[in-house]
Amino acid sequence: MNRTAIAYLALLAVGVVLPFFVYPILVMKVLCFALFACAFNLLLGYTGLLSFGHAAFFGTAAYVAGYAIKGWGFPPELGILAGTVASALLGWVVGSLAIRRTGIYFAMVTLALAQMVYFIFLQAPFTGGEDGLQGVPRGKLLGLINLSNDLNLYYFVLAIFVFGFCLIYRTIHSPFGQILKAIRENEPRAISLGYDVAKYKLLAFVLSAGLSGLAGATKMLVFKFATLTDAHWHSSGEVVLMTILGGMGTVLGPVVGSSTIVTLQNELADKVGSLVTVIMGLIFVVCVLAFRRGIVGEISALYKRMFGG
Amino acid sequence: MTSFFDIPIQALMGQLMLGLVNGSFYAILSLGLAVIFGMLNIINFAHGALYMMGAFLAWMALDYLGIGYWPALILVPLAIGVFGVLIERTMLRWLYKLDHLYGLLLTFGLALVIEGLFINAYGVSGQPYQIPAELAGGFNLGFMFLPYYRGWVIFASLLVCFATWYGIEKTRLGAYLRAATENPKLTQAFGINVPIMVMLTYGFGAALAGFAGVLAAPVIQVSPLMGSHLIITVFAVVVIGGMGSIMGSIVTGLGLGVVEGITNLVYPAASNTVVFVIMAIVLMMRPAGLFGKEQ
Repeated sequence: MNRTAIAYLALLAVGVVLPFFVYPILVMKVLCFALFACAFNLLLGYTGLLSFGHAAFFGTAAYVAGYAIKGWGFPPELGILAGTVASALLGWVVGSLAIRRTGIYFAMVTLALAQMVYFIFLQAPFTGGEDGLQGVPRGKLLGLINLSNDLNLYYFVLAIFVFGFCLIYRTIHSPFGQILKAIRENEPRAISLGYDVAKYKLLAFVLSAGLSGLAGATKMLVFKFATLTDAHWHSSGEVVLMTILGGMGTVLGPVVGSSTIVTLQNELADKVGSLVTVIMGLIFVVCVLAFRRGIVGEISALYKRMFGG
Repeated sequence: MTSFFDIPIQALMGQLMLGLVNGSFYAILSLGLAVIFGMLNIINFAHGALYMMGAFLAWMALDYLGIGYWPALILVPLAIGVFGVLIERTMLRWLYKLDHLYGLLLTFGLALVIEGLFINAYGVSGQPYQIPAELAGGFNLGFMFLPYYRGWVIFASLLVCFATWYGIEKTRLGAYLRAATENPKLTQAFGINVPIMVMLTYGFGAALAGFAGVLAAPVIQVSPLMGSHLIITVFAVVVIGGMGSIMGSIVTGLGLGVVEGITNLVYPAASNTVVFVIMAIVLMMRPAGLFGKEQ
C-alpha cells in the first residue's frame, strides 16, 4: 500500500470516529458541503469552467428529494436518487446552453440561469415559497435502519460522501479526467487533437451537477427541510469560496475549504450576526489577491520546496 | 375605453413606461459593465453594489446633511467614482495579468462586503426617498398619465448613455481609450499613460452605476439588496446584447425593459424570468449575442 492510500484511510478513520467528539449534525453539514465543493471543483479545478450557478443544482435536488419523500412517500434512498437525477437533468439543460460561451460569459450565463431557477422555486406552488418545504421525515433506510437517529444518519451521510468523493477521484484520474485537464490547459489544442471538447465539457457539467444534487438532497435529509437559501446565488458564491480557499484543482482542497467555511460560519453566527457575509467577502478578496493556490495548494507548494517534490 | 388585444391602452402605456424606466437602468448599468470590460477585461460584479451605494449615498446626503436631489445627482456619482478609483488602485490592478475570472471573483467578494456592511447598518427593509418637488406630479397626455419623474429618468439616462457613446466614439480622449483597449503596449509607446486611463475607466464605470443609483432612489425603495437583484438581470442583458458595442448595450437594455413591462401585463408570473428565457433563446440561435462578435 502506498502512502496516499494510507493517508486516505487515516482520514476515513477520522470520519468514522468524529461524531463521538463533535456534534454530528455539524459534521454532516460539513460533509454535504464538502461533497458539493468537490463536485464544483471537478468543473472549476479540473475543467477550468467557472460556474456561478451551482446553487441551482444543490437547491433543485433538495426540493425534489424533499417533495418525493414528503409528498409521494418515497423512502429516503429513492428520494435522494430522485433529487440527484433531477439535478443531473437540469445540469444537462443548463450545461448545453452555457458551454456555448466561454470564460467570463460562461460564468454569467450559469448565474443567470440559476437565478431563473430560483425565481421558479419562489413562485411554484410545491416549494412553499418563502417558507420552504418543511418537516420532511427522514424515514427508514431500505426500510430497516431508522434515520431519525443522528448517528445512523451520520454513517449514511458519510457513506454518500465517500461514494461521491471516490467517484470524483476516479474521474479525475481516468483518461476522461486527463482530457478535461487538457481542455483546461489549452482548449484549442484539445480541439486540434480531435477531441469533441463540447461533449466532454457537457459530460463534466452533468456529472458535477448531479453530484452537487446528491449533496443538496443529502443536506435536505439532514435538516429535514429545503428552502430558497439553498438555491440562492449566495450559495453559488459560497461553494466558489470553499473551493478557492481550500485550493482549486487539488483533490482535498474543497474538503478543507468547506470544513473551514462551515465551521467558521457556525462559530461566527451568534457572535457577529449579519457581519458573517462581510467576513466571507473579505476572505474572498484576500484569497484572490494573495492566496490563489488555496490552503492545500500552498501547503503542497511548501512541501515541494522543502523536500524537492 | 380604447383597448388593444383586450388590454386597456392606459395599462399598456403604463407598463411600457415602467418598462422603459427599468430598461434605462439596465442600459446604464450594462453600458458601465461594457466600458469596464473593454478596458480592464474584468466583469465587475460589484456594479450592483456600487449602484446600491449610489442610492444610499443620495438618501444619506438628504437625511443626514440636508443635501437635496439635484446636488446629489452630481456629487454622488463623483464620490462613487472616487471609490471606484480606490478599488482599482488598491486591488484590481494586481489582477490584470491573471485569468479574467479572478477579476469576477474579487469583485464578487467586494460586492458581498459592501452589501453586508449596509445590511448590518440599515437592515434589509427599504428607506423611502422623496421625489424632488420640481418633478412631483405628472402630465395627462390624453391616452395616458405620465408622471414627470419617470419621464425624467428615461430622459436623463438616455442623455448619459449618448454622452458616453459620443465621448468614446467621437472625441480625442475616446480615441485614446479605444486605442488603449485595442493595443495597450503600442498606445503606451505613443506616450499615452495607459494605467491612468485604465484607472479613470473603472472610476467612470463606477460613477455611471452611482448615477443610476441616484436616479433610482425615488422610484424604488432604497435597500441594501436592490443592487444584487438587479445585477444578475443586467448580466443576462449583457449576454443577450454582447459587450462589443456601446449602442448595442443601450438598445438591448431599453428593449428588454420594455419586454419585461409587457410580460408583466400579459403573464405576470413570468415577468421575473422572461429576460433569462430570452437569454437562453439567444444562446441557442446566436451564441455571440445580438451585437457581439465571436472571439
